[in-house]
Amino acid sequence: MNKLKNLNKFTFTNIQSYGIVLLAFIIIFPLQKAGLLGNQISGLLVPTCTYVVMAISLSLTVGFLGELSLGHAGFMSVGAFSGVVCAACLQNSIASDPLRLLIAIIVGGFFAGVAGLVIGIPVIRLRGDYLAIVTLAFGEIIKNIMNCLYVGFDKNGIHFSMTSAEALGLIDAKPILNGPNGAQAITKISTFTSGIILIVVALFIVLNLVNSKTGRAVTAIRDNRIAAESVGIGVTKYKLTAFIISAVIAGMAGALYAMNFSTIKPTKFDFNTSILILVFVVLGGMKNIPGVMIATIVLYAMPELLRGFASYRMLIYAIVLILVMLATNSSGAKQFFEKISSKIKKDENADVQNGGVSNG
Amino acid sequence: MTFLSNLINGISLGSVYAIIALGYTMVYGIAKMLNFAHGDVIMVGAYISFCATTYLNLPPIVSVVLAMIVCTVLGVLIEGLAYKPLRKATSLAVLITAIGVSYFLQNVALLIWGSNPKTFSSMIHLGSVSLFDNKLIITAESIVTVLACIVIMIALTVFTKKSKMGKAMRAVSEDKDAAELMGINVNVTISVTFAIGSALAAIAGVLLCSAYPVLQPTTGSMPGIKAFTAAVFGGIGSIPGAMLGGILLGIIEIFSKSYISTQLADAIVFAVLIIVLLVKPTGILGKKITEKV
Amino acid sequence: MDKSRMVPVPSNAIMPERDIDKTPILETHHLGIDFGGLTAVDELSLTVGKTEIAGLIGPNGAGKTTVFNLLTNVYQPTRGTIMLDGKSTARKTTAQVNRMGIARTFQNIRLFNNMTVLDNIKVGLHNSINQPLGASITRLFGYRASEKKSREEALQLLSFFGMENMANMQAGSLPYGAQRRLEIARALATHPGIILLDEPAAGMNPSETAELMENIRRIRDEFQIAVMLIEHDMSLVMNICEGICVLDHGKVIAKGSPEEIKANPAVIEAYLGKKKEAN
Repeated sequence: MNKLKNLNKFTFTNIQSYGIVLLAFIIIFPLQKAGLLGNQISGLLVPTCTYVVMAISLSLTVGFLGELSLGHAGFMSVGAFSGVVCAACLQNSIASDPLRLLIAIIVGGFFAGVAGLVIGIPVIRLRGDYLAIVTLAFGEIIKNIMNCLYVGFDKNGIHFSMTSAEALGLIDAKPILNGPNGAQAITKISTFTSGIILIVVALFIVLNLVNSKTGRAVTAIRDNRIAAESVGIGVTKYKLTAFIISAVIAGMAGALYAMNFSTIKPTKFDFNTSILILVFVVLGGMKNIPGVMIATIVLYAMPELLRGFASYRMLIYAIVLILVMLATNSSGAKQFFEKISSKIKKDENADVQNGGVSNG
Repeated sequence: MTFLSNLINGISLGSVYAIIALGYTMVYGIAKMLNFAHGDVIMVGAYISFCATTYLNLPPIVSVVLAMIVCTVLGVLIEGLAYKPLRKATSLAVLITAIGVSYFLQNVALLIWGSNPKTFSSMIHLGSVSLFDNKLIITAESIVTVLACIVIMIALTVFTKKSKMGKAMRAVSEDKDAAELMGINVNVTISVTFAIGSALAAIAGVLLCSAYPVLQPTTGSMPGIKAFTAAVFGGIGSIPGAMLGGILLGIIEIFSKSYISTQLADAIVFAVLIIVLLVKPTGILGKKITEKV
Repeated sequence: MDKSRMVPVPSNAIMPERDIDKTPILETHHLGIDFGGLTAVDELSLTVGKTEIAGLIGPNGAGKTTVFNLLTNVYQPTRGTIMLDGKSTARKTTAQVNRMGIARTFQNIRLFNNMTVLDNIKVGLHNSINQPLGASITRLFGYRASEKKSREEALQLLSFFGMENMANMQAGSLPYGAQRRLEIARALATHPGIILLDEPAAGMNPSETAELMENIRRIRDEFQIAVMLIEHDMSLVMNICEGICVLDHGKVIAKGSPEEIKANPAVIEAYLGKKKEAN
């Protein structure tokens, strides 16, 4: 009986997570095809998918690994720009848009993974707030480097420069990445379907990982590092593994995101974006993947849908954020909710008893 | 000469970071939380001072005092309304709330003052000092900033070492529960810490905008992040560490701007931070944390 | 380590004295550590045989837990060497030392409180499960077989401690005694050659202590491993330990069989004598 219950807990999370994605797809896809979605909502589809993937990815670092990362947008940035460069280079050689998108996403994931490795090696030696501040620093460094990066592609191949677009020496071609102006004239090849597929892939990786040898090691480290070491788990190895996987997923999301717009600037992936994703994860319940997904959809779409309130929308967002945190975390609110729930239980019991009596 | 003038600019900018970093470090030391809204209190301070001089025609020194009062009240209010209920919550929950407060302040500022940058006229109406046949010019802003920083540093050190409240603060930062058992009112101590930090933020806001006269609702966030970095750099929780970290950060920033690349200056600042943390994982003057097994 | 030893040998009898394998599994030579200017442990030389139950006793603050932390490389020794099965553990990490064959429990229980009892053991089995990252992510390449094997092995270990009915409970919600047993089971799951128990009887009532004593004997007999324990409960130590080492102020003041220790005047003065006065 117990065994069944436990199995169900895992499958339940899985069913919930995949179910949300499937449901969203079934509802939205036909509407989109039929052209029933307004421009505003259509434009939100791919970014929402991207942020869901980002939140799943960050949930791995913050929820399961238990390390606060304040620079997750950095990986998104690496993935976005390497994906854009890749897609632009393959523009003429691969005609199929979905295939080019797939390759770009994989390349984006790969480079973000490399960045994750480079950043992870120093970062994971640190603890707590120091780790957080270093991830923040790396996020800013990536943003700065992207701001100075010029990449172009012509018949002679690919050119890089850290100084100016002219230094690329391009023949009959425009730069793909143009320093602070970012990527311009991107061919928009991301679609809602590709976004949904990427979410499913991210879910598949993270949900499987959690219930495996690697996942248990990661959870154990988070739960009690000293005990984990004492049973022979190499803390560095598993922290790094989780960190890199998280970076790869973020990079893939970045590539998808970038190819939904015609231009994208490095400043898009700044500290505020990192924080935004962190807020989704924390409000969604950290390790609770279905919760994280729902929180992302609601919180990402909310400010956009509040555009009617124009200048008040971010203020409302801020107030909601503070109130939700106070309601879910303060000791006063906790007692309040406990009182209510115990009262409801009592009432239920009373109902059952009353029912029993009247039936009898 | 450019070297000297860069050094002076660096120390001056660093002094602003140091004053902001003091707010971060004191709050972290005592309440063990990262107060992300601190940078936005700077912005509020600058706006108050700006309005006092521009619209009310008050003398600069009065406007600074007014800004300090408003920020102190604001700091205590934020602490009481948003952070106090979360005293027992996880640090992450408090961090997210602080982010919420930061958004809140920025957006309130946006509603009141609009998104157009205001040109902040310097609060310091003194002549600059020229040395070496005008080859080296030190602005009055630099001098006042550095002096303010030194005075604050000394005052804070004396306060925490000698006064009763200062001792209570140190006790709370060592061990909150033990301090409470010794009859220290932890809540009051934390509120006072926030009050001091916020008053310092107002001063920092005025000094920052006197040197870099663009004022908009997001003015506080980047200096806030950098000052936070400075606090970590010097060893978060340590007052001399915040000073040292702030000034070093300012110097590194100005030197990278003039000798390496303007665009990469921030990247270099953060890279130095990372290197320092790898060598000394708790910052330059931070205490070593030992875990008991 | 010979991993095949893992499967408990069915046996009810307490192993007779003469069968104890006294060839050393653990040896320390002139081990010492200083914290700043303070010498916490000094000149510690001891040997534990392959299937011996050894006791480490001494008054509070004598440095007993520090010795465990040295043996598991939580602290790096300032002086001296530790040999495990003839191999030095110098410059290894705690995790590597565990893989070499030392497992331990902690004075203040350190379980993975948010994980189930079963998962706690599975984490202990970590290094004996063959499941590469690719298998973890894809659930292919032998994922099912490795999960099934670890589950079976974990349940077997739980049944050794009569805890199989608690497999799906959260470790943090277990009663105190069960938490202690789980911590020992988790340590055993790492297939150690020697297990270090830090005050296993702390906070237990006499009947629980008696059960623990029985369990410690069974661990030695059925897993054929060495046990070293820190304990304040003298009846437990004197009953089950074949060799005892007494520590005071970081130095060994006596070593020998329980009888020898009981008769040693230095021990009585430093430890037992004090205890009598306290009583």
